[in-house]
Amino acid sequence: MPDTLPQDSVGLVTPQVMHCSKPLTLACGKTLTEYQLVYETYGELNADKSNAVLICHALSGNHHAAGYHSMDDRKPGWWDNYIGPGKAIDTNRFFVVCPNNLGGCHGSTGPTSINPDTGKPWGPEFPKLRVRDWVETQARLADELGIEQWAAIVGGSLGGMQVTRWALEYPERLRHAVVIASAMKLSAQNIAFNETARQAIMADPNFYGGRYLEHDTRPKDGLAVARMIGHITYLSDHVMGEKFGRDLRSGSFARGKDDPVEFQVESYLRYQGDNFANTFDANSYILITRALDYFDLAREYDHDPVAAFSHARCRFFVVSFSTDWRFPASRSREMVDALIGAQQPVTYVEVESPYGHDAFLLPSERYNRAFTLYMAGVAQEVGQ
Amino acid sequence: MNNNHTMRLDLSEAQNWIAPGSRVLDLGCGDGTFLKHLQDTKQVLGYGLEIGVEQINACIEKGLNVIEHDLDLGLGNFANNSFDTVVMAQALQTMHFPHVVLDEMLRVGKECIVTFPNFGHWKARLHLAVSGRMPVSDLLPYEWYDTPNIHFCTVRDFESLCAEKHITVLHREVVNEKSSKYFKDLAPNLFGETALYHLCRAVQK
Repeated sequence: MPDTLPQDSVGLVTPQVMHCSKPLTLACGKTLTEYQLVYETYGELNADKSNAVLICHALSGNHHAAGYHSMDDRKPGWWDNYIGPGKAIDTNRFFVVCPNNLGGCHGSTGPTSINPDTGKPWGPEFPKLRVRDWVETQARLADELGIEQWAAIVGGSLGGMQVTRWALEYPERLRHAVVIASAMKLSAQNIAFNETARQAIMADPNFYGGRYLEHDTRPKDGLAVARMIGHITYLSDHVMGEKFGRDLRSGSFARGKDDPVEFQVESYLRYQGDNFANTFDANSYILITRALDYFDLAREYDHDPVAAFSHARCRFFVVSFSTDWRFPASRSREMVDALIGAQQPVTYVEVESPYGHDAFLLPSERYNRAFTLYMAGVAQEVGQ
Repeated sequence: MNNNHTMRLDLSEAQNWIAPGSRVLDLGCGDGTFLKHLQDTKQVLGYGLEIGVEQINACIEKGLNVIEHDLDLGLGNFANNSFDTVVMAQALQTMHFPHVVLDEMLRVGKECIVTFPNFGHWKARLHLAVSGRMPVSDLLPYEWYDTPNIHFCTVRDFESLCAEKHITVLHREVVNEKSSKYFKDLAPNLFGETALYHLCRAVQK
């Protein structure tokens, strides 16, 4: 981190905690008697509490979406490219709220928390979650903050699924739904990748059926492989080729040489995997990828997305990226077609980008411009 | 194309054919001037399809429902009769298969409105006759090799296509930026610069 913070940064931020002692009955039927959500906020809530924007994070995200926790931080929050003063989600105009989802491992109640019934970590016993459970806890957070209606709810990937679920579950509580690089449900291929990742975790000898904390260990190798699998699907073939090609990090193919050869891409993926395994909980990863797999927006509407979206009362802004093969543009377009079929207001842009699924996090002139214009309209609407 | 900031004459005429509160799909909506006008004055539920980045941004800025969509890929993802009116202003001549587009417009919409530059206008005829070169004018500012307008037609050509396809012409109109009303009413294919058609499927007898 440099000595001074960038001008367009929200600056130093401190996470806050909401304790909720009102029992929460989850979609699976189980009840959490109490829980906590850790969250961050940026910008100021206006007098009529109309300028709040909820950020829903994706699989590996958390509450730290923008700014820095300390001057020693190497990197800002995960969506700092798009949240800050003068940025697409302009903190001079909006009050931005980003919670860590229930079941996560960055401070909100999840598998590493203590189960009050046993006095031990929940581990694999933590109730299965669905996207609607996150929506429920986010709605309670809104109640706590006195936010009747969000100016917008914004999310990419799994975050986008939360946004669309919000639009159907609490149609009056959001004015705008911003759904980026997302889908109405996962494809079989998506589920296959998630299952392979879960199996990698479970195959780790340190997994102990999910009770690794009781054995004072963590299945880091398995989690690292899980992350490597995920990471491959977030990048495009093109960008991997550009970034690494067949470059070697060590060894050589010269005749007579028998040194171990390591490709750059191997080293990169291992680094990403190891890094992730040090900061993420394996049970959380299993739990959240399952929530992703289970999500099917239109399931309870007779599998008719038009019927599903006819319950919405907000405007939609849908964004996809040309080389995203994890959540391809065609998935976003299905959503857009269903929205049009349901006669809902919607704007759709398909951004040309080489970066695959990760594009939703990365700087892009086109994406930024459309996003900024759309959010400026939202701000204007709520008098900011 | 349709990206002027003030509404063109053809569109200010065409709006008379659109009912208040109806569902409108504008194919190649440009910067959204027409859609915005319809939304403000007729409270239509409007969607615009567009492919130009700057045009899309202009639509977002106006708060319109703009969908990034390449019209050459067709309208296959829109349901039958899902719109009251499908509009295509000054773009039919840029399509690879205008006759297919017309069919599709009348499948998706109960009615459709198309406007196109009339290649039968006397200036175009004179230009070709005298100079022996393809017409270039204010409305058609391109050279033949770089023009997006690949399927020109005249008012008479279009009429015969409609007849062939048993399409009912509800209204027809030609408009000119300048010249007199008298002449264009007398001989629209000769004196109309821009043709406007309001169409629907022929009622089965």
